Amino acid sequence: MQLLAVFLVVLAVVAFVGAPLRGRTRGLDPDHELRAELADLEAAKEAKYREIRDAELDQRTGKLSEGDHRVLDGELRAEAVALLKRIDAVRARLGAEAPPVTPPPAVS
Amino acid sequence: MATVGRALLIVAFAVALYGIAASLYGAFAGGRAWVDSGRRAVYALAGVLTLAFAIMEIAFLRSDFSFNVVATHSSTTTPTFYKATAAWSSQEGSLLLWVWLLSVWSSLALALTRRRVREVAPVATAVLMTFASFFLMLTIFFAQPFETLAAVPQEGTGLNPLLRHPAMMFHPPMLYSGYTLFSIPFAFAIGALVTRRLNAEWIVSTRRFALAAWLCLGIGIVLGARWSYTELGWGGYWAWDPVENASLLPWLTGTAFIHSIMIQERRGMLKVWNASLVLATGTLAILGTFLVRSGILDSIHAFGASTLGIPFLILIGAMVLGSVGLVVWRRADLASEHRLDSLLSREAVFLLQNVLLVALAFVVWWGTFFPLISEAVTGTRASVGPPWFDKYIVPLAFLVVALSGIGPLVPWRRLTLASVRRGFVLPGAAALVTVLALVAVPGAWAEPKAALFAGVVAFVLVSVGQELWRGMRARQASAAEPAPVALAGVVRRNRRRYGGYVVHAGFAILLLGVAVSSSFQHAKDVSLRPGQSARVDGFDIRYVRATSHAGAEKISLGAVLDVTKDGRHVATLRTTRGFYPSQDISQGIVGRFFGGESESEVGLRAGLGRDIWTVINPNITPLLPIIERGNRTFRRAMVGIMNVPARNRQQAAAQLFTLRDAAVTAVARRFVTSPWPADFRFIVSPLATWIWIGAIVTFLGGLLALWPAPAAARRRVTAGYAARVARELARTAQ
Repeated sequence: MQLLAVFLVVLAVVAFVGAPLRGRTRGLDPDHELRAELADLEAAKEAKYREIRDAELDQRTGKLSEGDHRVLDGELRAEAVALLKRIDAVRARLGAEAPPVTPPPAVS
Repeated sequence: MATVGRALLIVAFAVALYGIAASLYGAFAGGRAWVDSGRRAVYALAGVLTLAFAIMEIAFLRSDFSFNVVATHSSTTTPTFYKATAAWSSQEGSLLLWVWLLSVWSSLALALTRRRVREVAPVATAVLMTFASFFLMLTIFFAQPFETLAAVPQEGTGLNPLLRHPAMMFHPPMLYSGYTLFSIPFAFAIGALVTRRLNAEWIVSTRRFALAAWLCLGIGIVLGARWSYTELGWGGYWAWDPVENASLLPWLTGTAFIHSIMIQERRGMLKVWNASLVLATGTLAILGTFLVRSGILDSIHAFGASTLGIPFLILIGAMVLGSVGLVVWRRADLASEHRLDSLLSREAVFLLQNVLLVALAFVVWWGTFFPLISEAVTGTRASVGPPWFDKYIVPLAFLVVALSGIGPLVPWRRLTLASVRRGFVLPGAAALVTVLALVAVPGAWAEPKAALFAGVVAFVLVSVGQELWRGMRARQASAAEPAPVALAGVVRRNRRRYGGYVVHAGFAILLLGVAVSSSFQHAKDVSLRPGQSARVDGFDIRYVRATSHAGAEKISLGAVLDVTKDGRHVATLRTTRGFYPSQDISQGIVGRFFGGESESEVGLRAGLGRDIWTVINPNITPLLPIIERGNRTFRRAMVGIMNVPARNRQQAAAQLFTLRDAAVTAVARRFVTSPWPADFRFIVSPLATWIWIGAIVTFLGGLLALWPAPAAARRRVTAGYAARVARELARTAQ
């Protein structure tokens, strides 16, 4: 009985762990370098948005003056724009698999 | 069931080895299918180890003494609550708990990151499975939790009395959760270094696990301190014991890491520092596990001498050499993307705070390992005591707390004179007022360090309060909400920021409790008869009467004490000393009930102003002649039973055991009927309760920072900023 229980556990483990290896074999992703770079840039973009948001909260809570915030916000947005451009470039190299960041109409 | 348990450990070991091979093969040659299979191996490992752990728990709950670990760490008289926790009071069971928790947390981490860090995750999986393989190897070859006994005893030795405390139910699992959760950022850091993916993604993916590790380890440390305060009978909560220190080391470097990764996440700076910190933290977590198990340093918390030292040293050596080698190998990829804008910025405050935390860790490490260092250099083992630690820790902790108040007031990138005026005036004034007000409190300046520290704590609390107030006002200005709703709203939307601030406030309160309770503590050791009193810090403590209780589990001798101040009743305290029976029959039939291990139940009146703490140490020497007489009487009676006809022998033995129990109870009652002086320790500690209140606030803040924001709210917030930046992009594109 005990042996049977262990055998069933082994069977279940083998079936579960081996499942991805059955059927279609997926080799190395030829674009893996680009995809990793894209993921890095996306993470950096999220961090930059958070930074912009934190600067705004700093201004609203009095840690940054209006003028200081304007300067800092400008710097941060410029950095975010640079990141977006790099993201678009990587996406373009990936063959338009994912839609590029579409800028909305400019606000005058 | 032991056979199934052993087989499951072997299956788990094979799964872990397969997980390493599949992940590495998938990462460097075979593709996603092998990587997925390697990740599934981690889930399978968690499943198999859950079964193995359940088998061990069932054995404990059923008092199955065929398991060696159950026979030596539990008994039929052990309460069910403690039977369940006895599993991790043993070396073998705690190793199984360690690897089981590692498998569970690793599964969670890999499940949550399965669509991210795709290049880093397979290497991280291999690292995590290497840890699992190591611990499984220990449970299979060195300390086997499913070892069985050829001759099954009718009764077990019982759980160490000192471990029969509610905090012990959670203390080891929380510590191990902390250690194993720190393995996750460690493993991902190794993965990032190997694959040269050293930007923000691996940090974003594992930040929450680093925070969870910090939280669990912190809770574990505080539970251990609480246990020490209420169970060990010496009246303190921290003794700079090597095992206590071992848990503090990764917590200190982990605290530094969860601050400095914010700088890397935002600015791409401090990559070498962060990689080194997280690798050091992971290594220190294993070092802590090693110290508890190797017996190389004397500690009340350690498992004693064992054969596990060498394997652990090999693992730690490999971790240190591998970590240093990887950081040096990838130093070009770890170059900072930006420079510090200003020495007056939040980044600079974080950096200084990091240096102080690492200095604290170094002091703790040096003091902990000094016995080994001194032995290696001079041939004589010398150790350093609490005064040595206090000399270096106190000024460093003072500065860390001060920075925890300054940090929230300083904006990122640069601080201007105007922001200093806006932010620092109120907290600075609060600090000054507190310090000056303490001049009016008699005796407060007898300990100038504590008085100055109170000023720093006031600074921290007011700076955090001011930040919460201003956040609430800002929210009210934009959303026109009532104050409580606005406060909840701003905190909910900025959990990391305000959770962190709450942690700072809680930690300041905790350290204020430590500073004041240790500086102004009054302690007295006295010997009293019932009716006699002692005076401690203005409190009269009268020994009212002695108590005794003889139960199946233990014999308790204790006292009821009445505490008064200026004639007014303050509290009634009850303290006992529990004597657990020994399995050593050479101590005699009666004597063995008084000859086993013993533990204290502390009499404690905890209050916001002060704690009144007491413990009794009843001298049982006056009972020894009676115990010896009882031993002789029952020895003769046992011999007499041999002359009873075989068919009546069992009944006669049962009657004899009933008489023995009555005799043991009567002996214990002598402590009440003919009381003799008992030794007491009385301690009055001001603000000691604030240590635990501060800890609770700290961990609630940590939980707040850890709690994920609802996905919809996160998307909505990000979308707003994304739209603004995208408009900027459109403008620059024109």
